[in-house]
Amino acid sequence: MGTLKKLELAVGIFVALGLAAFFMLAMKVSNIADLGEDKGYKITARFENVGGLKVRAPVTMGGVRIGRVVGIDLDPRSYEAVVILSIEPKYDRLPTDSSASILTSGVLGEQYVGLEPGGMDEYLKSGGSLKLTQSALVLEKLIGRMLTNAASGDKPPAKTP
Amino acid sequence: MIDGLRRLGRSTLRWFNRLGRATLFLLRLLGALAALGKRPGLIVKQLYSLGVLSLPIIAMSGLFVGMVLGLQGYANLVDFGATSSLGTVVALSLVRELGPVLAALLYAARAGSALTAEIGLMKATEQLAAMQMMAVDPFARVFAPRFVAGVIAMPLLAGIFTAIGILGGYFVAVQQLGVDSGAFWSQMQAAVRLVDDVINGVVVKSAVFGWVANWIAVFEGYDAIPTSEGISLATTRTVVNTALVVLALDFMLTAIFFGV
Amino acid sequence: MSATAPAVPIDPPDTSPLVTARGLTFHRGDRAIFQDVNLDIRRGGITAIMGPSGAGKTTLLRLIGGQLRPTAGRVEVDGACVHELGRRELYQLRKRMSMLFQSGALFTDLSVFDNVAFPLREHTRLPETLIRTLVLMKLEAVGLRGARDLMPSELSGGMARRAALARAIALDPMMILYDEPFSGQDPITMGVLIKLIRTLNDALGLTSIIVSHDVKETASIADYIYLISDGLIVDHGPPEALEHSSSAWVEQFLHALPDGPMSFHYPALPYAQDLLLARERTGD
Repeated sequence: MGTLKKLELAVGIFVALGLAAFFMLAMKVSNIADLGEDKGYKITARFENVGGLKVRAPVTMGGVRIGRVVGIDLDPRSYEAVVILSIEPKYDRLPTDSSASILTSGVLGEQYVGLEPGGMDEYLKSGGSLKLTQSALVLEKLIGRMLTNAASGDKPPAKTP
Repeated sequence: MIDGLRRLGRSTLRWFNRLGRATLFLLRLLGALAALGKRPGLIVKQLYSLGVLSLPIIAMSGLFVGMVLGLQGYANLVDFGATSSLGTVVALSLVRELGPVLAALLYAARAGSALTAEIGLMKATEQLAAMQMMAVDPFARVFAPRFVAGVIAMPLLAGIFTAIGILGGYFVAVQQLGVDSGAFWSQMQAAVRLVDDVINGVVVKSAVFGWVANWIAVFEGYDAIPTSEGISLATTRTVVNTALVVLALDFMLTAIFFGV
Repeated sequence: MSATAPAVPIDPPDTSPLVTARGLTFHRGDRAIFQDVNLDIRRGGITAIMGPSGAGKTTLLRLIGGQLRPTAGRVEVDGACVHELGRRELYQLRKRMSMLFQSGALFTDLSVFDNVAFPLREHTRLPETLIRTLVLMKLEAVGLRGARDLMPSELSGGMARRAALARAIALDPMMILYDEPFSGQDPITMGVLIKLIRTLNDALGLTSIIVSHDVKETASIADYIYLISDGLIVDHGPPEALEHSSSAWVEQFLHALPDGPMSFHYPALPYAQDLLLARERTGD
């Protein structure tokens, strides 16, 4: 009987270790908050160019993550990229004239959508859209423009509208 | 020429014959599961020999693989100044691929081969026949508990392998190479997703691998020619076939889960 | 004798054979192992089935135990046709018979005690204290009560067989099938086993079937002997009758003569022809 008890104890420890490993993978390694994401409300933003933006990329405001990209599509008439953003419900006071830009974390990091708050008293609701957008920075275009500017005089490089 | 074709045909037929027998075997095995509910002690005993005894090799291998990933990842990322992504690199490679696959391969070598040899030996020494003559069904008493215990143990082992691997990577990156600890974890958390990476990667993959690895191991033992050569052949086949099937299935699962 | 148990009505002794085989034919691949074999195993006795190695003796036991299915003919045990039973009925029948395998077939991961307790634990819901008593009784009967904590790997061949015998009688079966119980044992162990088989048979009122090629030992305890060779029953009868058989084959087998109707040589071409053939092949 003594050996059976020891055996059961060892198996118990093994199972507990396994569950602890999964707990660590869920809590420490991955972001468990991902799970409740579907509750967010959806808004759209139109960009001329989304660059390397991917579905699931974070949406931030003031550097704080407030949602994520849930869809990227192309409007067949205007040839603009339509990006669908899912914003967490607790951030329900985004002014309607907020602007969205596609930014890059670090030099070679992933691209994400950064929101800048506007000044209106009306707030974005589900299905709303962002009017002011700034496209992704495409390196080739940037370099091309710098070269043109350098050739035509020393004006500072203008931002794309 | 004709001879070669005939040989090809014969081995193809034999292969399908074996596959058919293995499938029938699995069905009988699953049929015997119901009787197992009354005897959980049998599963506990097998969890010990398949799970607990595999723990040292799984833990050690996981640690080393994680440390190697830490070193290699650092050496490559340092050129781009992106060492803060090291946590992401280590965690994603382990969670998506290396954890479940390597744990399954190590399991086949450590526990699967032992399973085949044990059952083959029971067959060779007439223990299975003796059991049948005692009106005890070996499927319920011998095969099913081992199969179930193995299927339970595999995801747990893969989880432990992955977690220890990440800790190994953390040790090398943060303690040895001076990567920022906060960046290591936060970058990892931002990139690793619970359902898509952890559940689909570690949990689903290792459950599938556990299923086939134990099926192969138990069937090869049952199907072994009951001589010492037969058992050693069967043991080899278990390890080789499990490795091939696990890697092929891994490709398919990766294509399904992570393919574009 | 009956004075000790007056309440129990005494059945008239059942004289029908416990095991009967009629027209039993068994093929393995194209080879016929048995060809139209008929035999009857009497209740309460020790019946020996003897024949040279490879005569299919073990196969016969497996046919009786329902592990193999005959190609034709039928085998009946206690009135039930073994190979027509469903799995459940077959398992019920098997609880009443035991088989002692050549190697003993003890479970290598269980101690001697747990091996003997195995059938009790599998088939009964007896409390552990009662199981302990029963196991010690069975082990005492084979003289291994002191060896209960040993593992099978620590037992000698003879002890392993005795332990297996204790396991075989654990459920008090009506019949025990012995597969080569004497092969590879030293004379003392053989003597012990012979005595055990006879004692258990008589004390427990068993029916025993022994398959063996150890002529002298088997003949010394058997009540009835069947001799089989090449899938046929060559002769049968009580040992004394066979001793005086007129058959040359029986004579050769029982007295272990190297040559006789059973040829020393495996069937082959005439020797000289075979040698010449080889010279022709390599000569030119």
